[in-house]
Amino acid sequence: MLAVTDPATSQSPRGVAEPAASRGRKRRTTGQLTAWAFLLPLVVYLLACYAYPLYRNLDLSLRDYTVRSFVQGDAPFVGLSNYRTIIADPTFLPALLHTGVFTLGSLVFQFSIGLAMAVFFHQHFRLSATLRALLLTPWLLPLIVSSSTWSWMLDSEAGVVNAALSAVGIGPVHWLTAPGWSLASVTIANIWIGVPFNLVLLYSGLQGIPSQIYEAAAIDGAGGWVRFRHLTFPLLRQVSAITLLLGLVYTLKVFDIIWIMTRGGPANASTTFATWSYQLGFGSMLPRFGPGAAVGNLLIVAALAVGLGYIRSRSRWGDV
Amino acid sequence: MRRPGATGPVTRAGRPQTTWWKTAVGLVLTAVMLFPVYWMVNVSFTRDEAMRKSPPDLFPLHGTLDGYRAVLHQQVPYLGTSLLVGLGTVGLTLVVAAPAGYSLARLRPLGAGVLGFVLLVAQMIPGIIMAMGFYAVFLNLNMLNTLSGLVLADATIAVPFGALVFQAFMSGIPEELLQAATVDGAGPVRVFWSVVLPISRNAIITVGLFAFLWAWSDFVFASTLDGGGRARPVTLGIYQYIGNNNQQWNAIMATAVVASIPAAVLLVVAQRSIATGVTTGAVKD
Repeated sequence: MLAVTDPATSQSPRGVAEPAASRGRKRRTTGQLTAWAFLLPLVVYLLACYAYPLYRNLDLSLRDYTVRSFVQGDAPFVGLSNYRTIIADPTFLPALLHTGVFTLGSLVFQFSIGLAMAVFFHQHFRLSATLRALLLTPWLLPLIVSSSTWSWMLDSEAGVVNAALSAVGIGPVHWLTAPGWSLASVTIANIWIGVPFNLVLLYSGLQGIPSQIYEAAAIDGAGGWVRFRHLTFPLLRQVSAITLLLGLVYTLKVFDIIWIMTRGGPANASTTFATWSYQLGFGSMLPRFGPGAAVGNLLIVAALAVGLGYIRSRSRWGDV
Repeated sequence: MRRPGATGPVTRAGRPQTTWWKTAVGLVLTAVMLFPVYWMVNVSFTRDEAMRKSPPDLFPLHGTLDGYRAVLHQQVPYLGTSLLVGLGTVGLTLVVAAPAGYSLARLRPLGAGVLGFVLLVAQMIPGIIMAMGFYAVFLNLNMLNTLSGLVLADATIAVPFGALVFQAFMSGIPEELLQAATVDGAGPVRVFWSVVLPISRNAIITVGLFAFLWAWSDFVFASTLDGGGRARPVTLGIYQYIGNNNQQWNAIMATAVVASIPAAVLLVVAQRSIATGVTTGAVKD
């Protein structure tokens, strides 16, 4: 079959003479029609299930919705008033702070633990590949599973973490019920879930570094730390930037873990923008859809700003 | 202390007597990381009366299957819903993403760059915001608490990812294969169906597995769009267990163990797919 192809394709440009231009244009139009026919399901889906819900969300944030007007669709247009409401809300600043602390704390530890493990598992030893695969488990588990497991592990009275702490003489910590600890607790759970993701990305980055560089450095007498500091780390800069930016986008989105473990509590001590938005829209008997959607849209703006940075650095990296 | 070449791939020659301690360290690291998973299994077998014992039992020596009995009696409908929603999401994702990936990879549509950009951005929109928009849309369309509504919403997680995976995979199909089919008189649909799709089996498996896993794991859409009706998946089953201030943590953890089965299957049968899943969209081939 392949043998037939070659003469056929090599002949066709020669075989066509004068009407090539118009026929070429026609073929190009048909080609575009075919191409877009294959894209049609995707385009329809994106319009119906991305664009339209996002438009409705924007619309929600610009109107004064109540439960009744939500059903009837006659809520009055109020401009940016919902946005002013949430910025003046006493929850705004704490939510902003918590989102920042949660995101930064998660990123720093996920990345450093992930990097350390990637470097460690990049060595050749028995079971290395198997263990690396097993380490993906936290990333694959449903978030409700990991969150509820962590909730029970961090339980004040019966949790295994406090039992271990008391064995070394540290008194019970009220991980999920003390305002000073709940944000740290959900951050720890989120770090645990995010390490595998960092590990896999950084590991694939390490594989991209030619081993000759290390061999040369080893011949020059460079020790393990020197090689990490002056070879691995700089050569991994692009992959690290991508890992961190993607991690940032994903961490800003985190809602399930916090909501399941603490519901943003106690007393909003672990409320982030994502849980606040849900709290406003769905968390009570008296939903405030307008402000909820407004918080959500602020979150989108933040995620997209980071995301565009990611896409830029990704394409820059692709050129290298 | 450290021999030069103890880190990095230089030790490819690998003498077993110098690497055994690395295996040991690796085992310890993995054990520490996976301790919560072990604990979930342990608690799922623990008896009610031993649940609040201090210190807790590290092994379920005098365990019970009560938790799993509770799963059988109470969670089967939820598990069934999750299965249906998962399969529906896989179907929808493949139908939408596979032809789109083919077009983006091989048919050079005008505006492919813009569409690729949209697909990347779409993956960054927080689910909770999509959920609120979907809630408004579904309320007007009477689609709250329906399986089809949940499938439509859950597919938003997998469709952009799927289209990008198919695009990357189908770009790698040798041109000669497609040309051979064209010369034999096959139209574009025929080429796609009889040549491209069979070759793309691995991509189909990867996308399908992740679409299923994500739909199965979804909590945000389920709790906002299907919170009250009969179409509640197992994630809500677990959530309601916890929410009822239930002390039956063995039942909760047993449900969690059962809900982890798809992830475990994925880990065992499709390790290579997982690496693709993590790195696609993140690392440009």
